[in-house]
Amino acid sequence: MADVIKKATRDGYGDGLLALVEDKNVVVMDADLAAATKTGVFKKACPERFFDCGIAEGNMMSIAAGLASAGKTVFASSFAMFAAGRAFEQVRNSIGYPHLNVKIGATHGGISVGEDGATHQCNEDIALMRTIPGMTVINPADAVEAKLAVIAAAKTDGPVYLRFGRLAVPVIFDEATYKFEIGKSVRLTEGGDVTIIATGLMVNEALIAAEQLKADGIAARVINMATIKPLDREAVIAAAQETGAIVTAEEHSVIGGLGSAVADVVCETLPVPVLRVGVEDAFGKSGPAVDLLPLYGLCAANIAAKAREAVSRKA
Amino acid sequence: MEATRLQKLSAAATRIRMAVVEGTFRAKSGHPGGSLSIADMLAYLYTEELRIDPKNPNWADRDRFVMSKGHCAPALYGALALRGFFPEEEIKSLRHIGAMLQGHPCMTTTPGVDMSTGSLGQGVSTAVGMALAAKLDGKDYRAYAILGDGEIQEGQVWEAAMFAAHKKLSNLCVIVDNNDLQIDGTMDEVNSPYPIPEKFVAFGFNVVEIDGHDFDEIEAALSAARACTDKPTAIVMKTVKGKGVSFMENQVGWHGKGPNAEEYETAMQELRAALAAIEEG
Repeated sequence: MADVIKKATRDGYGDGLLALVEDKNVVVMDADLAAATKTGVFKKACPERFFDCGIAEGNMMSIAAGLASAGKTVFASSFAMFAAGRAFEQVRNSIGYPHLNVKIGATHGGISVGEDGATHQCNEDIALMRTIPGMTVINPADAVEAKLAVIAAAKTDGPVYLRFGRLAVPVIFDEATYKFEIGKSVRLTEGGDVTIIATGLMVNEALIAAEQLKADGIAARVINMATIKPLDREAVIAAAQETGAIVTAEEHSVIGGLGSAVADVVCETLPVPVLRVGVEDAFGKSGPAVDLLPLYGLCAANIAAKAREAVSRKA
Repeated sequence: MEATRLQKLSAAATRIRMAVVEGTFRAKSGHPGGSLSIADMLAYLYTEELRIDPKNPNWADRDRFVMSKGHCAPALYGALALRGFFPEEEIKSLRHIGAMLQGHPCMTTTPGVDMSTGSLGQGVSTAVGMALAAKLDGKDYRAYAILGDGEIQEGQVWEAAMFAAHKKLSNLCVIVDNNDLQIDGTMDEVNSPYPIPEKFVAFGFNVVEIDGHDFDEIEAALSAARACTDKPTAIVMKTVKGKGVSFMENQVGWHGKGPNAEEYETAMQELRAALAAIEEG
């Protein structure tokens, strides 16, 4: 694994914004976190279309709505905690209800924020954002997918919530060949015994888990579900039909995120065991991200354990 | 102001008030008090001030208007109907199932509504975004927002004000409807935002204080706002909640309920008489 390149998805966000710099319609906003969210990259390249609102996230979201109503494609950025949490109601009412063209670039999602601790570790944003009608929710697995998701979001009409991470994580995809499409999942491994549906940094853990499961004679299908809304229902139903057991994996609360979204579809169409890997209704705490992730069960070993359990429960 | 213009504006304001009473009666709900207090300002904005085209409501270079105190939608609808954005008949189905006119302004269903509002404090920020877009594109359109005096208790209003002044958005004009009453009582009883003009001055605004029922003062204030080239303007206008319907004036109880049939008749009689008097000159 010596040749594994690691890069944070927030860096992919910066790359994506930079790729959009020639589009005169694109405006980028931040709330005093430009260095951390990587919007600073855009600011440097195009200061005239970058606006720092200072520490006022709700105001930023509503200003973004006003800009979008006047024809701009706006990327509004902060940490997930403040973009989806603090500014939830502005996102819902100023952006979501009028279905305006604002892309919320939320970095520092999940527990891998690390040392800053629970106040900054947002494990609820996917749940919050996917309840807003018309909101697209994307959680890229690596920096390549993050960049492509930003470009795709800019081409999509209406509000999009993009969730990025702070931690440098393995780059899985090859930018030269990888095709990203909003709403389409990607099957990364083939297997007929169980499907692991993962999102964000848990995709890489799912791939490791699939390797571990091979030793037990379990062939796992791994699906990268970058778009959580609209969910790729066909892929979920096919997984239920063809593998008969599903494990979801996300760096988010087990309540309301990918696991819930998948369970909704499976329960309503073709009930099979669905086990969820995620943060178990708890706040985070301070510590290095690499230690926190396994502490909260956000690791390949836990995915593999849940997969074995799911297989054993198959009818 | 010459008598014919004054007459035209007074008549327009009275028609807006009639729409407020009609709409809230038909809806059996809504917010007549704060809608009536801004009728004169809306009459001026929609007949004299705003550069808009009812035939092309989404005209890219139009002036923008945001009803930041979105619950006063009935007055906005009255003004839009008066200006020809949609037939006056629509007022009668305000807040009904399937109606175009929602309880709070909805930009995706109603021509002439530039922003969906209702959650207090947010509209003014969206107007800031519109003013910023104009500056960014080198366009000369302006953005206007009407805020309630209770609304300015929302911290977001001051976040928006800070940003607007910092960016020198001279094409932004916020209008505070200071009728001094909010749901739970007078401003002083609830949580005083006073002094209002001084606060906007401190935030870097050009501030004009007026009587919100005096068309000469309204005209002068809007003109002063346009003349100011280095700051956003705040017009703080003293108004009477429920203005124009005698039994609603200064009664906090009329903040958020529709008149019953008897009250409706009384109110409409008063307004029809007022309109007749205006038209007779």
